[in-house]
Amino acid sequence: MPAIVVDGLLKNYGQLRAVDGISFTVEKGEVFSLLGPNGAGKTTTIEILEGLRQQDGGTARVLELDPWNKGYDLHKKIGVIPQGFKFLDYPTPREAIAYFGALFGKKVDPDEMLRRVILEDAANIWFQNLSGGQKQKLGMALSLVNDPEVVFLDEPTTGLDPQARRAVWEVIRKLKNEGRTVMLTTHYLEEAEELADRVAIMDHGKIAAMGTTEQIESRYGSGQKMIVKANEDLLTYLKENTRLQASGDGGYVTILLRDKNDALVALGAIEESGTNWGDLTVRRDTLEDVFLRLVGPEGRSEQESD
Amino acid sequence: MAFSPRRMVAELRVYARSNVRSREGFFFTLIFPIILILLFGAIFAGGGVSQATVYVQNHDSGGQLPTGATVNIGDQLVAALNATSNDCSPSDSSGLCLRSVSTNQNFSSYLSSQSASDGIVIPSGFSAGFLSSQKINVTLFRNPSSTTSAVVYGIVSQVVNGFDVYGASGVRSVGISPRTAVSSSYKYIDFLIPGLIGFSALTSPMFALVNISSTYRRDKVFKLLSLTPLTKTEWLLSKIIWYVGTTIVSFILMSVVGVYVFGAHIALTWGIAMFLVIGPFFFVSLGMLVGTISNTPESAAVVGNLVTFPMMFLSGTFFPVSSMPMYLQGVAHVLPLFYMIDGLNNVMIYGNYGPALFDGGLLIVLSVVVFGLAVRFFRWRED
Repeated sequence: MPAIVVDGLLKNYGQLRAVDGISFTVEKGEVFSLLGPNGAGKTTTIEILEGLRQQDGGTARVLELDPWNKGYDLHKKIGVIPQGFKFLDYPTPREAIAYFGALFGKKVDPDEMLRRVILEDAANIWFQNLSGGQKQKLGMALSLVNDPEVVFLDEPTTGLDPQARRAVWEVIRKLKNEGRTVMLTTHYLEEAEELADRVAIMDHGKIAAMGTTEQIESRYGSGQKMIVKANEDLLTYLKENTRLQASGDGGYVTILLRDKNDALVALGAIEESGTNWGDLTVRRDTLEDVFLRLVGPEGRSEQESD
Repeated sequence: MAFSPRRMVAELRVYARSNVRSREGFFFTLIFPIILILLFGAIFAGGGVSQATVYVQNHDSGGQLPTGATVNIGDQLVAALNATSNDCSPSDSSGLCLRSVSTNQNFSSYLSSQSASDGIVIPSGFSAGFLSSQKINVTLFRNPSSTTSAVVYGIVSQVVNGFDVYGASGVRSVGISPRTAVSSSYKYIDFLIPGLIGFSALTSPMFALVNISSTYRRDKVFKLLSLTPLTKTEWLLSKIIWYVGTTIVSFILMSVVGVYVFGAHIALTWGIAMFLVIGPFFFVSLGMLVGTISNTPESAAVVGNLVTFPMMFLSGTFFPVSSMPMYLQGVAHVLPLFYMIDGLNNVMIYGNYGPALFDGGLLIVLSVVVFGLAVRFFRWRED
C-alpha cells in the first residue's frame, strides 16, 4: 500500500476553490514535493492530509487512515512541521523534546534527537532566542519524537539563510535514508530538485505537472537552448538568414536547438553575422523554466491563504 | 482519548516554566499581589492616613424610661459610634473620630466650612421616639464618591442597626453595649484582602487565557498540540492547576502583608481553600471561552476587557457592595466574582458558613458549565 493516497480532493474557502479535485499517491519511503506559488493550495492539501482540515470532497488516506476522522490514531504515526513553525517562547530545545516525549508517552533521549537535527549547540537556549534555522530544526526534532512513518514538512526552509537551508536539507536526506516517507511543500525549485523523488507542481488548486524532475523537464521543457550575449543585430541576422527559432531579451539571444544540426547552423551564423558576441552557453530547460511556464512568471504573492 | 495525568503534568511543567521565566509571569504572580495590597491598603486603610472624621450634631434632649429615670439615647448612640475607635490620634487608623457640632450651627454649612463630607445629625425627639418603638431616622451626610464615606456608612449602619434591634425587641435598658452591635474587627483592610484575592483570581487567569487562546491559534501552536495525544481537557486543566497555585500564592502574600503591615484580622479556615480553587477554575474557563469565541487576538482583548472590567470594580473588590447604590448592587449580584468575594468575606471575616456554601456551590455549578462550554467550543484544528 502507498503511504498516501489522494483522490479527487476538494476544498473551498467560501467562493475560493483552494484545492480543485487533485489526485496523487506517495509510495512508502518516497520524498514527494508539492511545488507551487503562494495560494496554490499546497498548505491546504497538506493540512487535510495531517487531519487539521476537513475536505469538502474526494478522499484522502494516510497510512490507510482517514485523517479527519481518525486523526487521533494517525497523529501517533506521523510527524508534522506546520508552516512558519512557532513554539512557546521559553522552553529550550531540550525541554521541548522532553515535553513532546511525555505527550506521546515515548522515551526519548533529547541529546540524541538534537544530534539528529544538528542542534546540539543550542540545546539550552530559550526558543524565543533561537535563530530561524534553529527554530526549524527544533520543529523537525519535535516532528520526529514519535518515530513517525510519514513526515509532513510545510515550507520548512522559508525565510532561512542558505546555510540554514542546507542544514535542514541534510536532515531531510537523513529522514529519507531512514526509510521514512516525506511530504514536502516548498516554493523553492532547487529544494524540490535537491530532495524530492517526485514533484507535483500545483497552481490554482490543481496539479499542473507531476513526475520526477527529469520527467517534468523533458515533458514540459523545450529541449536544449543556446544562449549568446549579443545585441539585436544578431537576432535580426538570424531571423533573416536562418530558419532557427530565436528570441532576444536583456542583451542575450536565445536560440532553440531542435537537433544537432541546429547547433552547427547557429554557431556558423553567429560567426558569419560579424556582430560582437560572447558568453556562449548551451543548456536544457530547468525545473524553474518549466515552473515559470506553467504558473506564469509573476507568481501570486498577493494570495497568502494557500 | 483517555485522560492522562502524565500528559497534563507535562503540559503544566512547560507552562509553569514559561511563567517563571517570563518577566510578566514573575511580576503578576509574586510582585503584583504585594503592590496591590500595599497600594490599596495605604489608600483605604490608613497607614499615615487618619481615620474617618465624622461631625455629629445631637438635637436629642432625652426621654423617660418606664421606671421614671431619664435617659438620652442620642448621647448613647454617639457613645456607641465613639467606641468604634480608641481615640482620635493618628496612630489609631480604625473606626470613627467624632467631632461634636453645636446645635446652633447650620450643619450643612458647617460641614462645608470644614471641607468635610461625613456627618450625622440626631434629630430632636430621638430618645422619645426610640423608647416608644417608633421609627426615627438619623441623618447621615456623606459624599458617595469619597472612600471614607463608604467606611463611615458601613460603621454607622451597623451601629444604628444594633440600636434598631434593641429598640424593636423592647429591651429598653440603658445598659446597651454598642460593642456587641459593631463587629470589633471591622476594618477596611479586612474586607480589602478578600476583595483583592478575588481581583487576582479574576485578572491573572482571564488576561492570560484570553491572550493565550487567541495567540496560540494565530501562531498555530494549537494545531501543533492537536497533532499530539494531548487533549483539550488535559490542556485546560493544567492551566487551572497553575492558576489555583498562583492564587494561593497571592492569598498568602496578601494575607501576610495585610496582617503584618495593616493589622488586618482574618480567620484562616478551610472554607478559604474552596474559593481559592473554584475561583481560578471558573476564570480560567471563562478566559478560554472568551478567547475561543473571538476571531483575532485584538477582538479577544476587547471582549476580555468587556467581561473583566465590570467585575473588577463592581464585585466588592475595593468597596463593599453594600455601600453601592441599589441598582449597582443588582448588577453586582449577576457578576460571578461577587460570589467569590462574598464567599471569602463570609469565611474569612464573618464566619458565616451557610451563605459561603451557597456562594461556593453557585460558583461550582457555573464553573462546570463554563468549563464544558470552553472545551466544547475551543477547536484546535480547523479555523
